[in-house]
Amino acid sequence: MTVPSVREPPVAPRRATPLWWRGLCYWAYQYKKTWRSSVTTSFLFPVLYLAGMGLGLGSLVDKHTHLVGGVTYLDFIAPGLLAATAMQIGANDAMYPVMGAIKWMRTYFAMLATPLRVDDILIGHLGWIAIRVSIVASAYLAVIAAFGVVASPLAVLALPAAVATGMAFAAPVAAFSATQEKDIGFTTIYRFGLNPLFLFSGTFFPVSQLPGWLQPVAYATPLYHGVELCRGLVLGRLPLSSGLGDAAYLVVLTAIGFLAARRTFAARLVV
Amino acid sequence: MARQLTKRFDQFIAVDGVNFEIARGESFGFLGPNGAGKTSTMRMISCMSPVSSGTLRVLGLDPATDGPRIRSRIGLVPQEDTLDLELTVLDNLMVYGRYFDLPRAVIRERADRLLDFAQLTDRAHDRVEPLSGGMKRRLTIARSLVSDPELLILDEPTTGLDPQARHLLWDRLYRLKQEGVTQVITTHYMDEAEQLCDRLVVMDHGRFAAEGTPRQLIERYSTREVVELRFRSGEHDAQAARLDGVAERVEVLPDRLLLYTTDGDASLAAVHHRGFAPESALVRRATLEDVFLRLTGRTLVD
Repeated sequence: MTVPSVREPPVAPRRATPLWWRGLCYWAYQYKKTWRSSVTTSFLFPVLYLAGMGLGLGSLVDKHTHLVGGVTYLDFIAPGLLAATAMQIGANDAMYPVMGAIKWMRTYFAMLATPLRVDDILIGHLGWIAIRVSIVASAYLAVIAAFGVVASPLAVLALPAAVATGMAFAAPVAAFSATQEKDIGFTTIYRFGLNPLFLFSGTFFPVSQLPGWLQPVAYATPLYHGVELCRGLVLGRLPLSSGLGDAAYLVVLTAIGFLAARRTFAARLVV
Repeated sequence: MARQLTKRFDQFIAVDGVNFEIARGESFGFLGPNGAGKTSTMRMISCMSPVSSGTLRVLGLDPATDGPRIRSRIGLVPQEDTLDLELTVLDNLMVYGRYFDLPRAVIRERADRLLDFAQLTDRAHDRVEPLSGGMKRRLTIARSLVSDPELLILDEPTTGLDPQARHLLWDRLYRLKQEGVTQVITTHYMDEAEQLCDRLVVMDHGRFAAEGTPRQLIERYSTREVVELRFRSGEHDAQAARLDGVAERVEVLPDRLLLYTTDGDASLAAVHHRGFAPESALVRRATLEDVFLRLTGRTLVD
């Protein structure tokens, strides 16, 4: 047995990989080894919804297409589910993995002992979540294209729209997760945040069907804007001004979440 | 190199203005009980925790401005393992090497040697989770070496390990020392400090109580030999009062008396000669534990 030699022949110089990208690579590597367990929830789930509700329930609803804007029910919910799925992945991946990287596996602390800084760790992780949302969104877009839902070339822009929706949840949720000692807070987010949003933000029926006093609440939620954006792009019926407004809403929320996460991550990781 | 190095948490002062200098290739130890400020010092040296006040230079650089550059040249073995339990042993080395931007082929090649070094070659493709504590610890040490560090920082490397695993680790660390890797080690095991450290400081309440080689410290703060006497519980104070003169110094612990003396056998004979009948008696060489006891009035591991 030999002791590893301390000095080695110098490695040919090359451009240094950005520090945050190295952090992102960890999550990608980890995902490559463990992706099977997440396929059901992240991809199969929305497709099942799509089939069950879009085709099954849709056969009833389609007698009243004027209610959902004159398109079939499948066309109506397919892009809505894209946004809702992006929300689920964005939020979920910023909960347990962030907490695990602080408390259980302590991955962030392993990274901190290397050249990576707190910001690199945060950007790397959020960057990976963005990639993961876009992987699922791409696959999902391909499926709904096969269902014949896609009506406009603008649908390619639904991919960045879905990523923006996912990040509008991922960034603030990551900021929250970094402050938590237990995962009980995540249950609360699901129960009072994500699940109501999933049902009442225009994914399954137009917000205009809600009682009048609830409609402003729905308009204020990020998922509503994600749904509007994705639906408008996929169906090719998005007024430019409202589309820009929806996008700006998501980008601003992501930015606020990111700034908050910088603070909570630093407070938690640097002591 | 540290000057007046201080770490504060709100009101609490964990490290209170310490000064030290560690030479290249040296094994330097921080010995002290839990809560003495060892880990806080280590976290500052490894550029993970900002300095509250004072000056710190690591490899000639300032952690406040050159953190990533310094960390690219040091290897850290944290007190708690930070391994990825879901990945395999080999994968853990691969992902860690990527943080240092090493090409895959280089990591792969180093990993082979490091796994051999850590005696984990046959577990390379096993997940980390079911491995024993000793194996995980060896993997953590192997991982800290992937980047070929000039400075290795070990925070309680063998805490919680069985004796066999500890000796194996000591052997590995000794080899690294021979390779010229500078080591900074914290421990609350005096035998570990004696085994591994060229020079050490005894730390208590955020300050250095003493500094020197293990040999020097024992010579300065203890006698060469120690007689340990056990009497029936509750009698130790009373017996100690009557032992005046048989040794240079008598220390009363809850469970035993320690007689500090240059000649243990002679002192023990004197004890028996005076008619004492301890339940047990033991003559041993003085250790760093005695130094610590002398300096702080407390034992290291309670």
